[in-house]
Amino acid sequence: MNQTDATVDLRDFVRSFGELTVLQGVSLRIERGEFVALLGRSGSGKTTLLRTLAGLDDAPGQQVRVPTARAVVFQDARLLPWKNVLSNVLLCMTGADGQRRATRALEEVGLSQRRLAWPATLSGGEAQRVALARALVREPQLLLLDEPFAALDALTRARMHELVLSLWRAHRPSVLMVTHDVDEALALADRVLVLDRGRIVLERRITVDRPRDPAPLRDMRAEILASLHSQDTP
Amino acid sequence: MTSGPKLSWRQLAARVSQSRWLSPLLLVLLWEACVRIGWVPRSTLEAPSAVLQTMWRLIASGELPHSLWVSFQRMGAGLLIGSALGIAFGLAAGLSRRSQVLLDPPLQMLRTLPTLALLPLFIVWFGIGETPKIALIAFGTMFPIYLNLYNGILGVDVRLLDMARSFGLNQRQLIVHVVLPGALPSLLVGLRYALSVSVLVLVVAEQINATAGIGYLVNRARDFMRTDVIVVCLIVYAALGLAVDGLVRWIERRALAWRPQWIKTS
Repeated sequence: MNQTDATVDLRDFVRSFGELTVLQGVSLRIERGEFVALLGRSGSGKTTLLRTLAGLDDAPGQQVRVPTARAVVFQDARLLPWKNVLSNVLLCMTGADGQRRATRALEEVGLSQRRLAWPATLSGGEAQRVALARALVREPQLLLLDEPFAALDALTRARMHELVLSLWRAHRPSVLMVTHDVDEALALADRVLVLDRGRIVLERRITVDRPRDPAPLRDMRAEILASLHSQDTP
Repeated sequence: MTSGPKLSWRQLAARVSQSRWLSPLLLVLLWEACVRIGWVPRSTLEAPSAVLQTMWRLIASGELPHSLWVSFQRMGAGLLIGSALGIAFGLAAGLSRRSQVLLDPPLQMLRTLPTLALLPLFIVWFGIGETPKIALIAFGTMFPIYLNLYNGILGVDVRLLDMARSFGLNQRQLIVHVVLPGALPSLLVGLRYALSVSVLVLVVAEQINATAGIGYLVNRARDFMRTDVIVVCLIVYAALGLAVDGLVRWIERRALAWRPQWIKTS
């Protein structure tokens, strides 16, 4: 692999808060257009890692390479309640014909008819689709998904999986998705990482074509689950 | 045939007895009766009918509208200065850590002073003209605005700020698009408090040597034991309070149209 091809390049990244070391020597490379899922229990450091990649925490003196064109979709949609759907998607976007691009992004997530609605009137799934449109309209090189479907019901979640995959195929950003859900990771990602106590303890590449049949991935699923559960008995 | 009107009569009676207007109306009638029978002397309290007549006379002569206008100007000027200061201090303290350290302690100390207790000092400083009245209203209204705006800014959802930062908004955009709209509901609560404070302070401040305004009407009526005029002025003060409250509700309905409670009602 060519060095410059990586969208994200993190080398031996360490982050501590006072006495507590949350990330201890994490190295992470995400190739252009790659879909990576990051699994880990609460407290494993996955949120900290995501915040670092999102540029929300600065990392003085450490080697962190992330593109400037990046966007985050959070677990809660985090739409500004005082802006209508279209203005939320636009949110301080620079460049010409933003209006047209925002409308187009809302069409892609199937919400163009609700572009003038207030966020308070949207369902959880709709709000999350607006958040996706807001992220994608910026044509990010890196799309960060922070447990984006955890708060949705099973049916909506399945639809969102399809939507995310089709948007990913259309726009080809590199994706890092943080999740609790092993099946979600197996259904979507090219590569699955398991983070435990600030270290990446397992890494598996999935080459099966999408949409995926769970059967051939059974062994990998068991292995990942075992890695997540082994953390109970350190 | 006969059951029809009988039933509707009953329904009417039921509706009247359940109406929230019933007891206030009965009280007014009782008041009228007490004065007419002579149980309450007219020098103690005039009858509602006489109060209405006096009100009409004061309106027709232009005396009441003029007084109201004078009082309204006092209140407006005080409120304008007070809220301008409150907003300026609130923004400074909410947006900058350094200003917060400088501004918040003295303001928190000053706010514990009962505004009306400052009246003697203000008279010494500003004399007995319009200035102490307006200054007192400004002082009283500044604090609710400051406190609510400051708290509103501190209370802006950190998750929304994180989101905005992750999308690369700069400091100015953050303030304009996230912090200020997020603090607006609190600011309007503060404005509402400030308006009721302004009416209260107005009533007291107007008693000092006024030559015009509702307070002047009250003072003169007191000297002539005109209880009807005093009651008219009380009604006017109440109406003023209601009107300013209605004004804030109107502003809220427009400025906070995105809030779920307004979405439902509109």
